[in-house]
Amino acid sequence: MMREHVPDSRPSAPVGKGAIHIEQVVKVYDPDGAAVLAVDHCSLDIRPGEICMIVGPSGCGKTTLLNAIAGFHSVNSGSIRLDGEMLCGPGKPKAAPGPDRIVVFQNGALFPWKTVLENVAFGPVMQGKLGRKQAYEKARQMMADAGLSGTEHNYPGELSSGVRRRVEIVRALMNDPKVLLLDEPYRALDSLTKSVMHEALLEIYYKNPVTIFFITHDLEEAIFLGHRVVIMTTRPCKPKKILDVDIPHPRDYGVLTAPRFRELMDETIEAVHEEAIKAFAAGEKEG
Amino acid sequence: MPIRLKKALLTPGLWRGLAAVAAFLVLWELGSKSKQWFGFQTPWVGAVPAPTDVVKVWIALLGDKGYWQSWYLSSMRVFGGFVAAMIVGIPFGLLLAISSTTYGVCFPTFEVLRPIPPLAWVPASIIFWPTQELSIGFVTFLGAFFTIVINVLGGAKAIDVRYFQAARSMGASSWDVFRRIILPAVIPSIAVGSTVGMGITWNVVVAAEMISGGGSQSAGAGGGLGFFIWNSYVGGSYDQIVVGMISIGIAGYISSAILRKLGELSTPWLRSR
Repeated sequence: MMREHVPDSRPSAPVGKGAIHIEQVVKVYDPDGAAVLAVDHCSLDIRPGEICMIVGPSGCGKTTLLNAIAGFHSVNSGSIRLDGEMLCGPGKPKAAPGPDRIVVFQNGALFPWKTVLENVAFGPVMQGKLGRKQAYEKARQMMADAGLSGTEHNYPGELSSGVRRRVEIVRALMNDPKVLLLDEPYRALDSLTKSVMHEALLEIYYKNPVTIFFITHDLEEAIFLGHRVVIMTTRPCKPKKILDVDIPHPRDYGVLTAPRFRELMDETIEAVHEEAIKAFAAGEKEG
Repeated sequence: MPIRLKKALLTPGLWRGLAAVAAFLVLWELGSKSKQWFGFQTPWVGAVPAPTDVVKVWIALLGDKGYWQSWYLSSMRVFGGFVAAMIVGIPFGLLLAISSTTYGVCFPTFEVLRPIPPLAWVPASIIFWPTQELSIGFVTFLGAFFTIVINVLGGAKAIDVRYFQAARSMGASSWDVFRRIILPAVIPSIAVGSTVGMGITWNVVVAAEMISGGGSQSAGAGGGLGFFIWNSYVGGSYDQIVVGMISIGIAGYISSAILRKLGELSTPWLRSR
């Protein structure tokens, strides 16, 4: 059931900060060779400050979309705008990567040769925005807010995956991004750790209400976290169904057993399952 | 006794190793002295100098200045060639990894030259370089150079693309990426390449000394442990040959151990793995 007007249950987000406008984006890999159509005229509007969950089967092209927004891949046609400014589009097939849209990767991309503190402070120090001391101070503060105090001088290799993910999110937020692009960050975690991570992410979000573009294959995770859930078709991807999750924020784990949660699952699971079967039949590999 | 020493002494691995070495020495002794003791000469082992004879000769050599001079000369050559190979090889490897132009221009030639054994370079080296020392030095340099370049290149190419993506997202310039991502990420490859390169350097030095080490030890040119071995062979003191061989083994072990330690110190993040 699509709903047009939803009571604004988000914490106060600055208006017009982090609105993404994806318009008729087409991405073809290897156009002169295999010509794999990954994204086919996909259009999507992401509201500023919202948590927008992208759910789709493996290999459908959602990571391609994320990479296009981040500036790691080019697009063949169509455009993507951030707060009205064109990131990529006609005449500029590839966006320039920048600190206004930071990616948190699936298997984590914390630099293994730096300590956690050095990792978290990396962005501001390197851009010269903050002196090293100030950057470290801010890093310590943000890490304390996220419940990560005590890990500052560890190397990422010494920490559990869950902690590493949280560190990476804090590292991203240190750059004051407008948008956080999360590419299945919790895919490799066990479900117990995942549930803790979800609550941790929401806590961080309530303190830093950036726009979150979150790719997942897990419908439960999507409905639990998101303001809206966009269900993508199999490759080539485009939005199949958009669900407004009208469960109010702030949410906690108890939401999972709420009747409304189950209703929303009921509405969407068929659509997801349909696409999953198609993807399986097509032999899609995860990205 | 400190705990760690105690633990090290108590491991079964240590005692197995020592027992194996002891057994080896005993068999060696029996085999070499077989003609004396058993009346027949065991094949192969019978012609090898016995450990006890080797030890006797070795102890005598410990007081000989010439023996330690050989050590010094070989070590200096290894050190010099190795350091030169690192100074030239690491930047060159990085350049090949970063610049596709440089790679296109230089790599084919590099790959054709690489399989040529350093020793095959000796005659050309002697002709080309003015002094004998330089010609040995050049050949030594080559041995380590190719290994180091290949390892650095491989290591740089293997860096996960997501590190670059993450850095670029956070506003890194190309110089930042080089300094803060590529350089730290290739240190483990440098450590590996240098350890292997060190072994090759020793091989090359010893062989080069054998081949070209004509001149007398006191003249400064020539000499070294390779020359020592060859000289011992020519002079007929076979016990000294074994002494020379084991000396090289020890010297090589010490250099590798030093490099390994340096490698560990420069990669603190790998310690906890």
